[in-house]
Amino acid sequence: MLHFPMWKQTLIWIICVTGLVFALPNAFYTRVEQHNDAVATLATGAPETPELLAARDAWPDYMPNQLVNLGLDLRGGAHVLVEVNVAEVYQDRLDALWPAVRDTLRAQKEIFGTVVPVDAENEMRARIGNAEAIDQAVELIRREHTRPVVSLTGAGARDFEVRAEGDEVVVTMSEAEQIATDDRTMLQSLEIVRRRVDEAGTREPTIQRQGADRILIQVPGLGSAEELLVLIGRTAKLSFNEVVRQVASPDENPGLGNEILPSVNEGEGYYVVKKAAVVTGDMLTDAQTQFDQNGNPAVGFTFNTTGARLFGAHTAANVGKLFAIVLDGEVISAPRIQTAILGGSGIITGRFSVEESGQLAILLRAGALPASLKVLERRTIGPELGQDSIDAGKVAAIVAMVGVVVFMVLSYGLFGLFANFALAFNVVLLFALLSMIGATLTLPGIAGIVLTLGMAVDANVLIFERIKEELRRGKGPARAIEIGYEKATSAIIDANVTTLIAAVILFMMGSGPVKGFAVTLGLGIITSVFTAIWVTRLLVVLYLKARKPKTIEV
Amino acid sequence: MRLKLVPTETKIDFFKRGYITMGLSAVLAVLSVVAFLTMGLNYGIDFKGGSVIRTATPAPVAASVYRDVLSTLELGDFTVTEVKDPGADLTDTNRNAVMIRIEQQSDIPETQNDIISEVKAALGNEIEGISFLQTDSVGAKVSGELVVAGIEAVVLAVLAVLFYIWLRFEWQFSLGAVAALVHDVVLTIGVFAAFQIEFNLSIIAAILTIVGYSLNDTVVVFDRVRENLRRFKAKPLRELLNMSINETLSRTVMTSVTTLLALVALYVLGGDVIRGFTFAMIWGVIVGTYSSVFVASPILLRLGVKRDWDKDNGAAGTQYANIDA
Repeated sequence: MLHFPMWKQTLIWIICVTGLVFALPNAFYTRVEQHNDAVATLATGAPETPELLAARDAWPDYMPNQLVNLGLDLRGGAHVLVEVNVAEVYQDRLDALWPAVRDTLRAQKEIFGTVVPVDAENEMRARIGNAEAIDQAVELIRREHTRPVVSLTGAGARDFEVRAEGDEVVVTMSEAEQIATDDRTMLQSLEIVRRRVDEAGTREPTIQRQGADRILIQVPGLGSAEELLVLIGRTAKLSFNEVVRQVASPDENPGLGNEILPSVNEGEGYYVVKKAAVVTGDMLTDAQTQFDQNGNPAVGFTFNTTGARLFGAHTAANVGKLFAIVLDGEVISAPRIQTAILGGSGIITGRFSVEESGQLAILLRAGALPASLKVLERRTIGPELGQDSIDAGKVAAIVAMVGVVVFMVLSYGLFGLFANFALAFNVVLLFALLSMIGATLTLPGIAGIVLTLGMAVDANVLIFERIKEELRRGKGPARAIEIGYEKATSAIIDANVTTLIAAVILFMMGSGPVKGFAVTLGLGIITSVFTAIWVTRLLVVLYLKARKPKTIEV
Repeated sequence: MRLKLVPTETKIDFFKRGYITMGLSAVLAVLSVVAFLTMGLNYGIDFKGGSVIRTATPAPVAASVYRDVLSTLELGDFTVTEVKDPGADLTDTNRNAVMIRIEQQSDIPETQNDIISEVKAALGNEIEGISFLQTDSVGAKVSGELVVAGIEAVVLAVLAVLFYIWLRFEWQFSLGAVAALVHDVVLTIGVFAAFQIEFNLSIIAAILTIVGYSLNDTVVVFDRVRENLRRFKAKPLRELLNMSINETLSRTVMTSVTTLLALVALYVLGGDVIRGFTFAMIWGVIVGTYSSVFVASPILLRLGVKRDWDKDNGAAGTQYANIDA
């Protein structure tokens, strides 16, 4: 027992001191946070203002600067969980396939006869004039327009399924392709949401995929979930379509290949536009808030070369006609083409406020979402509530700590003091670990820490009670302590492993704040076992060596 | 002079009044199940869907004022409760908070969004200086999944520790520990049903922590039983269990007290947001401590254990062995 190798002693001290250094930034939270922000701002090449430099120099560079992240419930902010309507993409894919299929069939008009599209949901239908050739048509489309799906699960499947129904060819998306498409849709959606939130300049947003078709967005410091939804809730699908005519009612027959879209401006009624867009939003390279010749807010945009060429050709051929600027199925404006627009840039005027035009510019720059989003959960936590929770948590933690410390000294005297020293290091190490792994501290997480305070002394209580028993059996101090540690170990390990199992399961199954609680609980178990067994042991050994007491009282 | 919660040597016979303690546990467990089935749990929006708005005002505003404003809107079912938190005055975080709960009305989330905006606008007009500390809105779809995930987590945790204790001890210990565990979880849910305390996601976390704590406590007693089984090969199991519980009693009480100290501090001062959570934990620690002595050990006594730990295998021959199987 008294034999405690030097390397072990040194290692324990090193761990404790390292823990102290890494936990320290959290004691100066605001200062370190401002330092980190200043460093990040300066790294982007921002001018060196006195404020920035002062903030940077307030915390020395050689010190660690990682902090425990404060969760949304402590910092305040917006939380939104959305579901991506992945199935919407299927129809788009089928629509995109139609021109190629039509051209293939029409190229062999002598075999198939006339080819007429039929309106249908979630499938593509076409009637051919020559019904006897239907099998040939199916075979041709399958050969020319379907490809094997490249995925693990869909081995052997093709992306589209083609079948015949009477004189109609029906093309649907295969299940394997749907799964592959869903995944692409999710990745795209995540990317677009991330770009939009970043464009809005919010700090440290969390954007995570959850499950098959959900996205969790958390933005600390944002005023409300509604603000966040303005940014991410819209699909922002922009297109420039040819206007066929204006109508008063949405019930009129638009004619084949056309559709009726409402205007956002009241009193303008409805527009019949060609379904196939001239240019789409994904051909934009930039969008900015501008002002039109009357000084009203507008959104200026620039096309890429393909977009510029298409738009130029269309405007050149249709001078004097209307074209519609369509956003998410609504016509936001329908200007008359005055001259050919060849430069590849233009301006969208509408009845915008400056704020709205800024938002639209962000949406257009970030790109359209591949599918619309359904909001499942929205939460807003005001910063005051978060601060209250931190304040209350701090007071509770201090009171709990003092209570446990006093109680331990009353019960175990000097040994209680050793245990308290270990307890203090337990908290320090816990904060150091949380900072190093960049964990997020939530309100239940604070509860986890306070709970750890109470439970951390358990290992020491086990050891001390054991030592007491051995002393009663007439063992000398050194021998009693040795046996005490030895015999208590299996109980400590078994007891803590079981709690750890519960923490791990909480972590795997839980979400949000519950997960944060699991992390602090789990790490708290590890640090408490370390400090209770090794730190107190080291102290006890040092005490025995220094004083060589004949009797001890535990 | 040292503080001693438990005398140095105790020789309490924990099984003497076994029919009372086991009977009490059984009655409480049955009552819990009855409360759960008849009254049900007071689910929070995490599990039920709907919206919660938490407001703050510079001066106290009666709940009836809120009700009058809200009843002019078409909200369907809603409740308004003033947050009464004596602890908040101690930590200087009292904001005269009021909680407004609005029932889930339809599956269309947009509807709920409009409702929140409407409520905020109406209250902003009518009540001076009002601010909104928190607004939560959860759709029915997510909340249903959360219930399933919560139950799965608890069941998985129970199975995992059942397995771990079976590995480290014997199957009889495993059953005893899990019986104590289920007892604790059932009684916790029972208290939440009987007093209609809001049951939300963090309560699931609390229950899982109770699972951990209850086991922690039981395992310490069992560890001593295992050790004594090796030392006293001929001692009747009842005496041996009593001895083990008495030897660990001091530790059991000490740890419960320190943990309760921390939890009570959190309950009083930690704010009303986590009060339900800390309440569940306090109850769980009390029940968990009780159950490791009065539920887990009697079950072990009933089941009997293998006595010959030195031999790797062999028929477990004890006078209690006829009860198992």
